[in-house]
Amino acid sequence: MTPAGTEFADDGSLVERLRDGDEAAFAWLLDCYSGSLHRLARSYVATAAVADEAVQETWLAVVTGIDRFEGRSSLKTWVHRILVNIARTKGVREHRSIPFASLGSELGRDDPAVDPNRFRGGRGRHAGQWETPPAPWDEVPEDRLLSRETLAAVHQAIDGLPLNQRSVITLRDLQGWPAEDVCNVLEITETNQRVLLHRARSKVRGALEAYFEDTTT
Amino acid sequence: MIWRRLTVRRTGAFACRQFVEAVTDYLEGAMPARDRARFEHHLSQCDGCDRYLAQIRRTVDLTGRVTVADVDALGPVARERLLGAFREFNTQGV
Repeated sequence: MTPAGTEFADDGSLVERLRDGDEAAFAWLLDCYSGSLHRLARSYVATAAVADEAVQETWLAVVTGIDRFEGRSSLKTWVHRILVNIARTKGVREHRSIPFASLGSELGRDDPAVDPNRFRGGRGRHAGQWETPPAPWDEVPEDRLLSRETLAAVHQAIDGLPLNQRSVITLRDLQGWPAEDVCNVLEITETNQRVLLHRARSKVRGALEAYFEDTTT
Repeated sequence: MIWRRLTVRRTGAFACRQFVEAVTDYLEGAMPARDRARFEHHLSQCDGCDRYLAQIRRTVDLTGRVTVADVDALGPVARERLLGAFREFNTQGV
């Protein structure tokens, strides 16, 4: 089930083979992207089962729609964008996600990276400096830092994020996509992508900090 | 972006509170050279912010490790079904 080598590294030849009905090419595509499609779908829908549905509907749309692929984006981007549209519709249907109009609230100002109470107030020379700086994580033993529990805490923190932040951090940091691809798939500007990533990373860091504090004592 | 609103009050200086909002712009290489210099200057002087940046980097690293732990690939049944649909579509068409 592992994607075979780099024979399809080039989008053009892959698309051509898909259009020719080459099953190996389609199998390669399935194995290559089903995992990332599923994870992205989970940002929009409540259960793994509905995410599975979204993934399968996406692939069926690819089967019937490959002739309409124009190559204006990469095939990867195109496939993921189909998924986002399908999963978003399902999410709305199950009242989980609010349509993208709510992006504004996630970009809002009242969402500081760190609790303002941890900085000194007032107008003096020291205003805005750390009152309660972060404790070093170097003292957390490496095996605990990378433990399954820690990763579960990260996962949980990501699950708790607002929809758009969750999508961005999933694609960027969990899947390691470049910013440009994320902007294309989610159809957001570079600036918004960065703001959402900032919010998301800040919150996950905060969750990890709380997690380490709870468990080191 | 966000942090720039906060920086105006203190000319030139970069307080920790602004630093934490600037971290992503810094890591993404989306910061003008002058701000970058101020950011790095602050970083060199402030243990708390140095730690904070290290934690953000660690957070990104840990998030990247979540993937491998739980691969949600397609089940074999669904995979077969999709391959079947592909086959069918391509034999009946054209």
